[in-house]
Amino acid sequence: MTDAATPSAPAQKKNIFSLLEIDTRLLGMIGAFAVLSIGFDLITDGRFLTPRNIFNLTIQTVSVAIMATGMVFIIVTRHIDLSVGSLLATCSAIMAMTQTVLTPDMLGLGLNHPLTAPIAIVIGLVAGTAIGAFHGWLVGYLTIPAFIVTLGGLLVWRNVAWYLTNGQTIGPLDETFLLFGGINGTLGVTWSWIVGIVATVIAIAALFNARRGKLAHDFPVKPLWAEAMLGTIIAVVILGFVALLNAYEVPTPRLERMFEARGEVMPEGYTAGYGVPYSVLILLVVAVVMTLIARRTRLGRYIFATGGNPDAAELSGINTRLLTVKVFAIMGALCAVSAVVASARLSFHSNDIGTLDELRVIAAAVIGGTALSGGIGTIHGAILGALIMQSLQSGMAMVGVDAPFQNIVVGAVLVFAVLVDIIYRRRTGAA
Amino acid sequence: MATGTNKGTPLVEMRDISIAFGGVQAVDHVTVDLYPGEVVGLLGHNGAGKSTLIKCLSGAYQQDSGEIFVNGEKATINNPRDARGYNIETIYQTLALADNLDAASNLFLGRELTTPFGFVDDSKMEAETRKIMGRLNSNFRKFNVPVSALSGGQRQSVAISRAVYFNARILIMDEPTAALGPQETQMVAELIDELKRQGLGIFLIDHDVHQVKRLCDRASVMKNGQLVGTVNVDDVTEDDLLAMIILGKKPEELAA
Ligand SMILES: Nc1ncnc2c1ncn2[C@@H]1O[C@H](COP(=O)(O)OP(=O)(O)OP(=O)(O)O)[C@@H](O)[C@H]1O
Ligand SMILES: [Mg+2]
Repeated sequence: MTDAATPSAPAQKKNIFSLLEIDTRLLGMIGAFAVLSIGFDLITDGRFLTPRNIFNLTIQTVSVAIMATGMVFIIVTRHIDLSVGSLLATCSAIMAMTQTVLTPDMLGLGLNHPLTAPIAIVIGLVAGTAIGAFHGWLVGYLTIPAFIVTLGGLLVWRNVAWYLTNGQTIGPLDETFLLFGGINGTLGVTWSWIVGIVATVIAIAALFNARRGKLAHDFPVKPLWAEAMLGTIIAVVILGFVALLNAYEVPTPRLERMFEARGEVMPEGYTAGYGVPYSVLILLVVAVVMTLIARRTRLGRYIFATGGNPDAAELSGINTRLLTVKVFAIMGALCAVSAVVASARLSFHSNDIGTLDELRVIAAAVIGGTALSGGIGTIHGAILGALIMQSLQSGMAMVGVDAPFQNIVVGAVLVFAVLVDIIYRRRTGAA
Repeated sequence: MATGTNKGTPLVEMRDISIAFGGVQAVDHVTVDLYPGEVVGLLGHNGAGKSTLIKCLSGAYQQDSGEIFVNGEKATINNPRDARGYNIETIYQTLALADNLDAASNLFLGRELTTPFGFVDDSKMEAETRKIMGRLNSNFRKFNVPVSALSGGQRQSVAISRAVYFNARILIMDEPTAALGPQETQMVAELIDELKRQGLGIFLIDHDVHQVKRLCDRASVMKNGQLVGTVNVDDVTEDDLLAMIILGKKPEELAA
């Protein structure tokens, strides 16, 4: 970041960014994130930007980030969902009970039977999607404001979870299921590189494809060097991230136990990195799918059109009621996915799982540039928003800021971020 | 009924249409028709029920009673999609554009072109938009910005191109020149003449009596939700039309 630049630099800077077609708002967020990370790193004498902490930060962010992508669609269509934390708890409770009661006692499959985790996850996903769709029906067809429906949902689903588990902590959970929690399930070094390289190739192919599409219609395209630069940045980010996660090494005692379990002896001086956690892989898949929906499908086009002008969407023949059901159903499904990650990370279902997540999720989406007035928002912005929130929280904890101050800062940052956003939009003339 | 030269089946016939909102009888037993290659003006004071009447035809509202015939056959229009099925396109008074999307996305809204994989084909849609805009408003350059960044006239050309692109047979224009400067108004007038020559039927809602006399073949005047009458514009003066709008009386009644 070259903040203190020569007078000619701003014009130059603007040129490069507009040539690369990177939106300056995203850049601002990345800048804020960088400043935050480097700041915490300096204060903590280099403990913040270690592979270990970055690994932890990443897996802590996943659950909120997954739900934040769904919240983008909700807010873009001018609704809100206050029930996501409670819905996560209900899905988590359902999946925990499925693993510990339904499959062992009723289907006769043991806790660690290979089918247990898939059955639990499918049931959780179906439940989450159905509950979300039900919310959407209440909002879209019965025209009850989403604020009210999901405020009710906040209470209802938190206590449905309580009822399902009699208020008890449910554990231990199935071993396969726990793989999705983060540290207990990672790709390892080799597979992480393979996934990283494949992702890089796909991303660059997508860039190339977009360029070819534009050329085919004689539209203006970026200069080739700009395209190459963008490709290089993408490659560096993806592969750098993989390298970092690979650099976090599995502690030696743990490695010894793994060898022991296989009846082998660990060779002298053996080391292994964790690599990319499965949970992060899930987030990446969710991010790609949600971005594709937003940008490249009719559903996404209708979501944004409805947010921009509900009447116009309706008059264009879009069934906005059914659309509302779909948007809330997606949100519900993503709550279930987050429930898998969150309960697997804890390794049990607890009564208070997902408490206050609705606020974190909405904050992530809003900090990520989703406009509460509707019609505007991006998936990657929301994920970055979640990451910024989590960094702030973890960083302050690491520095030793008292808990009440942590929350005061997070709350203030949310309000401040929205103010900056409003000023930014006014300046750039975006609606 | 007007003593027009029209013969055969009308393109559209709206028979005895009524619609009420709460206690307000917005449209009260109104009958209008439209022949191919004809422009019918709809006139009336603010709140007379013009927009409401044509919204029954475009599928935005459903009439409480009355029937619609397209090409002589009874048509069921329950939503905008149905109307499009009958090749009815509408340019709304409010334009009905999604401000946050670009021109191409608005033009194809609800009818996106897709790739073989089912994804929206933005390049193709932009190319088509550039083509049609080249015809309708060759000064138009703002293809890659949200339409909120466009002027009133530019927004209007997006709305008009949407109706023209999809080969409308029946075109409804609700005050299409209300937001336009003289040059753009002229452009819309020429477009209406051109579309008329191509055999479209056009309902034109306009407050400008002079413009109605120049562009329309017949004019139907409404007052307080009721039809005052339908006249051939060549048979009446501008003052006659104004009298119909303000007093709610047909010229012959006034003369009598
Ligand atoms: N959605 C609605 N709900 C309630 N009343 C309505 C609605 N739409 C129209 N009205 C009422 O119906 C009447 C006719 O309105 P309409 O919009 O058709 O008038 P108009 O002739 O198009 O007027 P203008 O020239 O001002 O556009 C008005 O009294 C209006 O208040
Ligand atoms: Mg009107």
